[in-house]
Amino acid sequence: MALSREEVAALGRLARIELSTEELEHLAPQLDQILEHVARVSEVAAADIQPTSHPLPLSNVFRADEVRECLTAEQALSGAPAVEDGRFRVPRILGESA
Amino acid sequence: MSTAALMKYEDALAKYDPVLGLEVHVELNTRTKMFCGCINEFGGEPNTHTCPVCLGLPGSLPVVNEKAVESAIRIGLALNCKIAEWCRFARKNYFYPDVPKNYQISQYDEPIAYDGHVDVEVDGQTYRIEIERAHMEEDAGKSLHIGGATGRIQGADHSAMDYNRAGTPLIEIVTKPIEGTGDKAPQVARAYVAMLRDLVKALDVSDARMEQGSVRCDANVSLRPIGREEYGLRTETKNVNSLRSIERALTYEITRQAALLDAGEKVHQETRHFHELDGSTSSGRSKEQAEDYRYFPEPDLVPVAPSREWVEQLRTTLPEPPAQRRKRLLADWGFSDLEMRDVVSAGAVDLIEETVAAGAPAQAARKWWMGELSRKANDAGVELESVGMTPAQVAELQGLVDGKTINDKLARQVIEHVLAGQGGPAEVVEARGLAVVSDDGALSEAVDAAIAANPDVADKIRDGKLAAAGALIGAVMKQMRGQADAGRVRELILEKLG
Repeated sequence: MALSREEVAALGRLARIELSTEELEHLAPQLDQILEHVARVSEVAAADIQPTSHPLPLSNVFRADEVRECLTAEQALSGAPAVEDGRFRVPRILGESA
Repeated sequence: MSTAALMKYEDALAKYDPVLGLEVHVELNTRTKMFCGCINEFGGEPNTHTCPVCLGLPGSLPVVNEKAVESAIRIGLALNCKIAEWCRFARKNYFYPDVPKNYQISQYDEPIAYDGHVDVEVDGQTYRIEIERAHMEEDAGKSLHIGGATGRIQGADHSAMDYNRAGTPLIEIVTKPIEGTGDKAPQVARAYVAMLRDLVKALDVSDARMEQGSVRCDANVSLRPIGREEYGLRTETKNVNSLRSIERALTYEITRQAALLDAGEKVHQETRHFHELDGSTSSGRSKEQAEDYRYFPEPDLVPVAPSREWVEQLRTTLPEPPAQRRKRLLADWGFSDLEMRDVVSAGAVDLIEETVAAGAPAQAARKWWMGELSRKANDAGVELESVGMTPAQVAELQGLVDGKTINDKLARQVIEHVLAGQGGPAEVVEARGLAVVSDDGALSEAVDAAIAANPDVADKIRDGKLAAAGALIGAVMKQMRGQADAGRVRELILEKLG
């Protein structure tokens, strides 16, 4: 069941989190411990116990299809690091090799 | 645009058996977005249809649009799917600036609708398409790529994002592998997407305008040598946005993959882009490593558990199934099977139905939509419904023909002017003085002139060769610039020479 350091490094890459070797050494065993703990819970949860999906015992929380006021473009863009022609300007998406 | 080797289509199909998989995204026409109250409307000035939820600002929370769930269930039911008793949303995590949250809210292993089927017809044969699932999700924003060639992402210096579309409710409908369609595969794919488009329109859950991207298709295809069970490696051609393009893209992929396999090479499992200009596809993202989206249940939303009462109530709101409707209309309209088949594949059923409802005889409605207007749409490269003439206008035009105000020839001129945006048929006839001349005085003069100019022809008619009258009618029509009542002209000629 042990979670390898390579797997944790791969997860870090997927989440765009850069992890140093020290951080990997430190975090991989901790994550592994969490997984082990959850696995133990599954052992005791029999088939008659529904998986918990949400801490709130609710379903079907819906909103009526009614239009609410939107932000203005100025408001929407007010937190943007860079703006171009009313749009959010973002850095190049594909790297040189793509 | 492409230098790929291609095999002749017939040769490819003689050796290989195509297997299709189609993913169709349908944008819903709810008033608001999937998870917030922002207006759901095509276009608009950039970033004027946004709020903290669809911009993914910290602290904002999504709330599900009930109408979108209702539309999802109705689509599921119309596709003969089972409707989940309980299902959840999931986060699909990926880093791309068109999703401002860095994840898309979608559904993963618990789609709201699953295990359905629909039938489509191609050349008189029925093909059953099994539906794997239909799930709810949100659309992404639109990117403008700047600094590269022709707005493409490749080579762009940077990009600019408009989030008006971000959060638009989408239903993704996924088929099971479609096998056994042989050389009809591209046509079956086209017929299936046309059927879906017509279905969501009849359900009134989507604008169903492919040219605006409200129905989009990702087309997967793989080949296997005929007789073999296991599937070959597939490619996925993304965002094919017209019925014609679906057929072209699949035809291209089949001939390209066949050439690779025949040369002993491998098909790369990858996404491909379709190019309208030459009908080719080009390599996009490689899918050799399975993508890892780290799906997990969306913690900001509680499960959706549609009650069986709700589902059954929605079932009663479904429109007549397409096949049944076709049968009814075929009987009402008195078309031949072949005529009806052409009408269906041209996507003209609704247009003819509306034209008939506006008062035109069915055959006349069919003649205009399948003839002149289909040609115009084809020339302009648009779908028939976007050609620029409404069913009511076509009925009005036919009314003018039936009332003998204009003849067919003039009617075609009237169509030109209507398509050029010069008003409705009656207005155009009025403004341009296009009405047929059936006033005997003017016609009689023209007939006399034609007889005088063609004495040989006149003699033949006097000798009883009535077929020769056609030449004189032609001469009169020419003189009257097509605006003569041909029947009356013939009568006058025969009266004068009889």
